[in-house]
Amino acid sequence: MYDTEKLGTDVNQTETKISARNVQVYYGDTHAIKDVNVDIDAKAVTAFIGPSGCGKSTFLRCINRMNDTIDVCRVEGDIKIDGEDIYDKRVDPVQLRAKVGMVFQKPNPFPKSIYDNIAYGPRIHGLAKNKAELDEIVEKSLRRGAIWNEVKDRLHAPGTGLSGGQQQRLCIARAVATEPEVLLMDEPCSALDPIATAQVEELIDELRDQYSVVIVTHSMQQAARVSQKTAFFHLGNLVEYGDTSQIFTNPKDERTESYITGRIG
Amino acid sequence: MTDATQNTGAVAPQGSLHTLDARTKRRNAAEGRFKLYGMIAIGIGLLMLVTLLYTILSKGTGAFTQTFVSMEVELLESKLDKSGERDLEKIKKVTTFGYAPLIKSAFEKTVEANGIETDLKSKDMTKILSKSAASQLRNYVIANPDKIGQTIEFRFLANSRVDGYMKGRVTRDSIANDKNITPAQLDLVDQLIEVGALKKTFNIDFIIGADASDQRPEAAGIGVAMVGSFFMMLVVLVLALPIGVAASIYLEEFAPKNWITDIIEVNISNLAAVPSIVFGILGLAVFINYMHLPQSAPLVGGLVLTLMTLPTIIISTRAALKAVPPSIRDAALGVGASKMQAVFHHVLPLAAPGILTGTIIGLAQALGETAPLLLIGMIGFIASNMPETVGEGLLSPNSAMPAQIYEWAKRADPAFYERAWGGIIILLIFLISMNTLAVLLRRRFERRW
Repeated sequence: MYDTEKLGTDVNQTETKISARNVQVYYGDTHAIKDVNVDIDAKAVTAFIGPSGCGKSTFLRCINRMNDTIDVCRVEGDIKIDGEDIYDKRVDPVQLRAKVGMVFQKPNPFPKSIYDNIAYGPRIHGLAKNKAELDEIVEKSLRRGAIWNEVKDRLHAPGTGLSGGQQQRLCIARAVATEPEVLLMDEPCSALDPIATAQVEELIDELRDQYSVVIVTHSMQQAARVSQKTAFFHLGNLVEYGDTSQIFTNPKDERTESYITGRIG
Repeated sequence: MTDATQNTGAVAPQGSLHTLDARTKRRNAAEGRFKLYGMIAIGIGLLMLVTLLYTILSKGTGAFTQTFVSMEVELLESKLDKSGERDLEKIKKVTTFGYAPLIKSAFEKTVEANGIETDLKSKDMTKILSKSAASQLRNYVIANPDKIGQTIEFRFLANSRVDGYMKGRVTRDSIANDKNITPAQLDLVDQLIEVGALKKTFNIDFIIGADASDQRPEAAGIGVAMVGSFFMMLVVLVLALPIGVAASIYLEEFAPKNWITDIIEVNISNLAAVPSIVFGILGLAVFINYMHLPQSAPLVGGLVLTLMTLPTIIISTRAALKAVPPSIRDAALGVGASKMQAVFHHVLPLAAPGILTGTIIGLAQALGETAPLLLIGMIGFIASNMPETVGEGLLSPNSAMPAQIYEWAKRADPAFYERAWGGIIILLIFLISMNTLAVLLRRRFERRW
């Protein structure tokens, strides 16, 4: 196969946050992810690109064990965050998900107030001792989600009443409220218009200094704009992984080049 | 296949859109026929509904009015409280026989005072009153002992024949062979109507009162059965709602999907279709014969109806849980909620309107159920009036509204038949208001996402 490990280390100057080795994912009899090896940098944005059904979302969902909720899904291989195997028997997925936040394709705020949307995570994890601390966390998270100025006067209005782009930033704010170290984003802009997309992309760029962000995207331009590293998936294989600039200007694999130039996918 | 090939050859030459080809005509005709069938079916359905409502209302409204005879009664101290101490215990010792003479003399005086001429003896005159007239007066005196010695205006229930005469059920022709009433008594009734002593008025006792014996249909009410039904619904609500909702949550959100849960799912659906009398006999065998719970008690009735209602609640709750979009579960799990937290904090509140609707519909179904109650003896004849029955609650024998209606419908006296229809009106009012409540709750709590 392709020496993704070597490719990864070639460009890796920073600390590795997540390292996956020989990851296989099966949905029943379907082999959805085949032998993926990847090292994801801390405090950087890594983009997963590839045609539909190539397994990039599946792999993303392995990183916070969201695939556990699917009965027929089976994961093999090692995924380590800070050197700890997240599929170890001692790991409680609930604790893991507090550390690895997730933003979904479709904005999915809870049908509650904006305040409660943000406060929910800190509440169940006991991050705030009292109301004042909780208020502080809510404000900080909304600021980090770049939505504070728009909603500060209506914190108790329902989160579902916001526009699509605002909802998605609210979801990002909700994800950062639990103080995660890794932020997974599954096509966060696919339901948004270009202006909202630009706002979210700008936000992703800002989040980079505090979190390791992994973003799945269908838009190659988006990957080029926001990410430092890019991984190209095809038919369940990780075809190529490297610096974004290198992937887009000088792909080593034929398939990557075909995809980027629009011949496949 | 051959059809299509033939057709392309035939249709091709003529192209005008203003002429319908044969095939389109046939298709349109078929569609028209189908619409017609639908409209005929709806028409028949509406006609049936109107007939049903008309029948129920025309036959049942009579039960809500009752004929009363108003008279001035002198509550003689010498008859009711010889000692003059107004001691309740002693007043209670005077039986209804002691009151009969008072009523007789009151009747004589009324007839005299209004200048009514009749050949009837006072004993025959009082026969136009209900057989419970004396006990009516006795209950009044026991409730108001200070009235002894005074003359009071009292409203006696009229006999069911007189009541039927007022409502047109009984005529002079129909009483030819009736030993309960004579034409001479009807003459007296006519004269009493003229002077305004005999009137048909609204009868609250039908709604709040207890059942009465075969001889006194005029005194029968559905109130105690209503209390019985209420207690049963309470048991059903307290047991079926939490158990049903918990079972659905487990099956829908937590249980692994394998052949065992598949079998359970199929069986829950099947249980919803099991005839209710089967649940009745199960209740008889388990709750009464094996667990020795008291017969005829609302507790047992409630338990049986709980078994019957559970499948309905489980099915509707599961449907409501399924309807909550998975993105909400993902959102909760994504911020690190456990599965249980995701379900109880987010999924359940969103499913609540559906659960409530299902529960109320299940309760309404249980409220109208008769068959299982017959088997556990909840068709008891309960003559004691409201306060006592309410006090004794879940374990004292009681009846239920549909069972009471069934009981009245099978008694011989046509006056009871009218009661049965009246009971149906009350039952329907309950059912309609419960269904309305379900719709309102649904509207109120339904949220969009």
